Amino acid sequence: MNAAITPTRAEPVEAPLFLPALPGGVTRLAPALLLLVLFAALLGVAVGSAAIPPGRVLAALAGRGDDIERAILVELRVPRVLLGLAVGAMLGLGGAALQGYLRNPLAEPSVLGASNGAALGAVIALYFGLAQAWPWVLPLLAIAGALATLALLFTLAGRSESPLTLILAGIAVSTLAGAGISLALNLSPNPFAAMEIMTWLLGSLEDRSFRHVLLALPCIGVGIVLLAGQGRALDALTLGEDGAAALGVDLAATRRRLLLGVAIGVGGAVAVSGAIGFVGLIVPHLIRPLTDRSPSALLWPSALAGAALLVLADVAVRVIPTTSELRLGVVTAFLGVPVFLAHLMRERRLW
Amino acid sequence: MVSIAAEGVGVTLDARDVVRDVTVALAPGTLVGVLGPNGAGKSTLVRALLGLVPHAGRVTIDGEPRDALTRAERARRVAYLPQGQVLHWPLSVRRLVELGRLPHLAPFSRLSDADRRAIDRAMARADVAALAQRDATTLSGGERARVMLARALAVEAGALIVDEPLASLDPAHQIEGMELLRAEADAGALVVAVLHDLTLATRFCDRVLVLADGALATDGAPRHVLTPALLAEVYGITAWFGEGLVVPTGRVR
Repeated sequence: MNAAITPTRAEPVEAPLFLPALPGGVTRLAPALLLLVLFAALLGVAVGSAAIPPGRVLAALAGRGDDIERAILVELRVPRVLLGLAVGAMLGLGGAALQGYLRNPLAEPSVLGASNGAALGAVIALYFGLAQAWPWVLPLLAIAGALATLALLFTLAGRSESPLTLILAGIAVSTLAGAGISLALNLSPNPFAAMEIMTWLLGSLEDRSFRHVLLALPCIGVGIVLLAGQGRALDALTLGEDGAAALGVDLAATRRRLLLGVAIGVGGAVAVSGAIGFVGLIVPHLIRPLTDRSPSALLWPSALAGAALLVLADVAVRVIPTTSELRLGVVTAFLGVPVFLAHLMRERRLW
Repeated sequence: MVSIAAEGVGVTLDARDVVRDVTVALAPGTLVGVLGPNGAGKSTLVRALLGLVPHAGRVTIDGEPRDALTRAERARRVAYLPQGQVLHWPLSVRRLVELGRLPHLAPFSRLSDADRRAIDRAMARADVAALAQRDATTLSGGERARVMLARALAVEAGALIVDEPLASLDPAHQIEGMELLRAEADAGALVVAVLHDLTLATRFCDRVLVLADGALATDGAPRHVLTPALLAEVYGITAWFGEGLVVPTGRVR
């Protein structure tokens, strides 16, 4: 119908500030974020309770140098950094995808209770001897836990477009799962229950090995693939469900992929790290002003920034001198809660 | 050129018949107004035409069953501007209008030059080119309505369905909006607009569908079918009729 109509302005209206392409946002931001990830990873390998000078770190990584130093690096720090990168990327991406899907800047795996749900699944697998018999039960139950909490949440909040309904439902579900973790640990034959409860509720990457990396990585990979492919559907949802459906988006399929992506990815991540809060909240919040603010432009940058943030937080945990090592969630909560509150104050005006 | 036909379309929501047995054939190049009192089922009818709500009966697009077309194909043929269109993220106006090209994009591809030209055309037609870099959530009501229309126009579909595009617009912007829809129809598009203003419908529409309680009360050229008897029956109002004017004057007791 428009073939006959010529534009009234000859000058094409370009957007110099924003990237014109739809899946945009990545090109300019990506190199900077990749450098940040690299820097964080190097710092994560170089810094720890045993002081190893950078030169000897390189030597040890190249397979030379002191045997003990090599063991510390390869068996302790490298898996820890790898897990930090993978878990951080998953949490950052999960936050960006959930925010886009729910059109809510407060949505993220831990606020919505998915992390605690996954942690509850992991606790049941670990402390009732299931994971000892079958290692794959650990991520599987964590995934089931995340899926159950998200399903319960979506049922509770229904189709309400109010951000607050969802957040309140998330707090309820999250608290319930947290209580479940405490109950499960107190019921289990475990003398260190109190310590362990803290680890699962606040998260930690202490003493992780390549076994944990192998357990988490496939789940996180599946989660990232499922979520990263949803950019266009999330962009279309900027116009609401009807608007998106009229642009050709399959709403049911999008919902399914999103639920599964978050559950599998966060389930796999939490199974080895515990419920680390707020990464998925802080990261998209920091990245959004650097993009054209469309949900698709946030996905990959949030994964990269989440990876860097979690590894840096883990370095902070190791560097801050405390008698017992700090939990990761303590650091991320100190960063994340102000962001959360600032947004909540803004939302309150809508009541 | 896109035509849409509905055969015995009915929608039941919460055990209430919101739309009953509507049969219409809508031809390309016409501006069709959908009228009726609040709650008569106007929005639900157009949502049923689009397949956004489960319904009884059949809807065909260009003679093909709608559900036999892929989602993207449907989206390329029929553009839709929902009632009270909300925008959930503070996108720039241009980025928002770009969303209209989503049905045209192949997987993993970016906007082509053809897409950019379509976006330029849509923005020019809705007269929002000057707003391109503005945050779309901070526009005035009139600007916002034009930007949302530009987003729907950017699809460059053969049919355009708009639900109350004139709500909260001042008289000048209402006329401007109707002129724009009229121009789309004159260029060959099928335009279906849910409206409330009887005068604007009379002046600009080729045809009006008047719904009452979910059923089609009448269907035809506005000057022909918008009669005192119909307005009394459907809206419960009396009206003053002038040359191209239908002005409500009171309620029927």
